[in-house]
Amino acid sequence: MIEGINITKRFGDHTVLENISVRFEQGKTNLIIGQSGMGKTVLLKCLVGLYEFEEGNVLYDNREFTSLSFFEKKSIRQEIGMLFQGGALFDSLTAEENVMFPLTMFARMSQAEKLERANFCLSRVNLENVNKLYPSELSGGMKKRVAIARAIALNPKYLFCDEPNSGLDPQTANLIDELISEITLEYNMTTVVVTHDMNSVLEIGEKIYFIYKGKLWWDGTRDNILHTGNPELEAFVFNSELTRRLKPT
Amino acid sequence: MKILYHFGRYLMLLKKVFRQPEKMTVYRRQFLVEVEKLGLDSVWIVAIISVFMGAVLTIQMAFNIDSPLVPLYTIGFATRQSMVLEFAPTIISLILCGKVGSRIASEIGTMRVTEQIDALEVMGINSASFLILPKIMAAMFIFPFLIMMSMVLGVIGGWVAGTTTGLITSFGYIYGIQSFFHMYDVWYALTKTVVFAFIITSISAYHGYHTSGGALEVGNASTSGVVYSSIAIIFSNLILTQLLLA
Repeated sequence: MIEGINITKRFGDHTVLENISVRFEQGKTNLIIGQSGMGKTVLLKCLVGLYEFEEGNVLYDNREFTSLSFFEKKSIRQEIGMLFQGGALFDSLTAEENVMFPLTMFARMSQAEKLERANFCLSRVNLENVNKLYPSELSGGMKKRVAIARAIALNPKYLFCDEPNSGLDPQTANLIDELISEITLEYNMTTVVVTHDMNSVLEIGEKIYFIYKGKLWWDGTRDNILHTGNPELEAFVFNSELTRRLKPT
Repeated sequence: MKILYHFGRYLMLLKKVFRQPEKMTVYRRQFLVEVEKLGLDSVWIVAIISVFMGAVLTIQMAFNIDSPLVPLYTIGFATRQSMVLEFAPTIISLILCGKVGSRIASEIGTMRVTEQIDALEVMGINSASFLILPKIMAAMFIFPFLIMMSMVLGVIGGWVAGTTTGLITSFGYIYGIQSFFHMYDVWYALTKTVVFAFIITSISAYHGYHTSGGALEVGNASTSGVVYSSIAIIFSNLILTQLLLA
């Protein structure tokens, strides 16, 4: 379980997040949703420690994270897997080497064991015959899948995904969503996904937090997101002809 | 005030770079990769520039020596001294600053804007140390070899130019380059080179590491890295010369 308690983040005079409290359960796919520029990714980066914030606290399974130094955070960070928006694969490494990278850095394994684990992770994300390809030779969907394979290489307890299906066609986006959901259940991880894709919300969102103008505006499940009566959330949810058809009359 | 801000941030980055490194086996591999990228890939450009620089120096020396009281072997002597004391360590370092510095700043800058550095940080890796330390160590190790090669090739270039144009005899030139030789001059040049190597890699890396935005900012970081490294080289050249030769 991950808890963010009363998080406030400012960039100069501009308050990006204001007193946000969230709680992400283990074994669930938790979603942070909202329009672009509302602070979703900033919240995610605060949770993983990439941004320092002015007020608040983050707990990983009741372990204090915020006040730790960089080196003290290391042990918790090795339990974190993260999928970045663009994949963030290392350009100079092949797909296989990218997946092996965290193992090389942190695991006490022989080269053969690392290779076996990398191959397992790549096959788990349904990728074959890409081991020797460089990121520049992979499609957008493949990059995301290699990034997921890298994120799960160390068997993380926590998985963070920043807009995992942005820039992908609807079918590939669905595949990525399903993969994240399956992996979460399989490894009993605490998964946090930032997205503004309503399809993802309805497909995989077990617990949903809606951020609006830097504030936590609404939280609930995919079952009740269509019946909130919250004007800002409704404007977000029913923004297309397709979703308007789902709107209860 | 902005200079102080950047200088402070540069020192903070250096502190992070030299703090508790990650796994040493990974560093060794990275070090060797950087030796190849920063050093061995620069051999050709250094060789070509050095040969022509030595050749031009010799021709200019011969052109300027018009007094019969100055012996012709002075051409060889002056070419050697110019190459060893200034041209090889300083000019070649400035050229390496353009080649290597822009490469470092753009590589690290691209990693920053594509969130690869964030990925390292999330994994719990000290990204500054992991990315920058092997580059600094590799440059400080390989640049002195490049500069020694430059000295030798510059002198050879001068010999080729001097003898083929008939400005000086082969014997006279060789006598000149052997005259009044002090090993300390070479140590002085190599000391400067090691300092310049540190300046080039660390300042370029600083500009790359603190890039934010996109492709345009990566280009700006690359330019700033080269400009500020060059200025720092010129300043430190003056200070080191005063300290080591005065």
